[in-house]
Amino acid sequence: MNGPASNGTHPRFTLPTFEGPLDLLLQLIRENQVDIYDIPIAEITRQYLERLAQWRALDLTIAGEYLVMAATLLEIKSRMLLPKPATAPEEDEDPRTDLVERLLEYQRYSAALETFREWEAFRQRLFFRAATETIDDYVLPYDACKVRGEDLARILRRLLENAGVDTAEPVSAIVPRQRTNLRMKMAEILRALRGSLHGCTFGELVIGATSRLDVVMAFLALLELLRRGKVKVTQRRSEGPIHLCSVDIGEEPGPAISAELYQ
Amino acid sequence: MTAAPLPNCTDLVAAVEAVLFVAGEPITVEAMARVLQISEEQVLTAVGALQQRLDESGSALQVIAIAGGYQLCTRPTVSEFVARLLAREQGKLSRAALETLAIIAYRQPITQPEIEAIRGVACASVLRTLLDRNLICEAGRKSTVGRPILYRTTQSFLHYFALRDLSELPPLDAPTSTPAEDGGA
Repeated sequence: MNGPASNGTHPRFTLPTFEGPLDLLLQLIRENQVDIYDIPIAEITRQYLERLAQWRALDLTIAGEYLVMAATLLEIKSRMLLPKPATAPEEDEDPRTDLVERLLEYQRYSAALETFREWEAFRQRLFFRAATETIDDYVLPYDACKVRGEDLARILRRLLENAGVDTAEPVSAIVPRQRTNLRMKMAEILRALRGSLHGCTFGELVIGATSRLDVVMAFLALLELLRRGKVKVTQRRSEGPIHLCSVDIGEEPGPAISAELYQ
Repeated sequence: MTAAPLPNCTDLVAAVEAVLFVAGEPITVEAMARVLQISEEQVLTAVGALQQRLDESGSALQVIAIAGGYQLCTRPTVSEFVARLLAREQGKLSRAALETLAIIAYRQPITQPEIEAIRGVACASVLRTLLDRNLICEAGRKSTVGRPILYRTTQSFLHYFALRDLSELPPLDAPTSTPAEDGGA
């Protein structure tokens, strides 16, 4: 390998860094001073593979993308070696076309980087001051209908900063799904009913419900309690409030009442 | 017709200065017009007058058009001292981050696979960094197979590069010149 020569115990390497296989290819094209529209594929492929071999010799892990590109180069090379049929149409597509287009596209963006770097440096020489307001008199400076998500995020960040919450630490929390099972719900309903003298309506029972699931669960629990004869329900008219009371302190269990619920 | 203008021009310029001073973020012309109860043309005139006043008095402050609005900031000539006061290392974006950001800026909204196709490398971690730094944000999903997330640049992106708006991005070079012509090192 023609890696940097050093016989000392602490070899020093200066490795150019590449942003990926396209970057490396462009570098090779530049070094060889060849026309990007007419890449000598055999030579460039050879140098490309040589570069990978060097890295491997240095025990560097080679990202998969580089290997994919190596395969692409070899494929192009082999396709170019194939003899063209004599009858081939004049404008037979050059196997290099796709690669050249990708290189040019990539080059266009990497060419813009210098400008971005200049702007970044310029901007870093400007200093702004933070807003002077306090949390209490903070007013949203946006029309409610024009607020964008990022505005809200910024406002939240500022509020957190003002409140002394460390915003460098990303706010993260695991919100567990509330696990309510039927048994818990049934116990809860019975507790509520036994605690009240005259029972309550179904509506009152689900006042604190936080989700649709909560309400559905309460309803299922009620049906189950009915089936077991623990609860008595009455509903004076269809769509009217469902009144519940506990059978323990009320009258006899009435098993057929649940039919009213299905009206 | 006259929407109760401020008593005189001097006060108007001072009012603009005060608003910019306390704002702490870019203030749009519309917002200033609403706050000062003047027309947007009057705001622009006042901003210009304020800039001129700051220039003439040799103030360390200047008004700049940035991220869709106006903001007061220090002049680059005094940056050295301010930087020393703040004693804070200003990090620069990595080349990978800049590359990705440039592609998003020009092609937005754009999906991760599209960015990766241009860069030729995986971009997941770079995208996460840019999202964390609020330089890009999600912009819905593309209606193709898999409905991949679309990304676009944010107001913070404009602010990071001191841009007024996206139209200030330089036009991308038409792919004509070859690296060989540019002269290899």
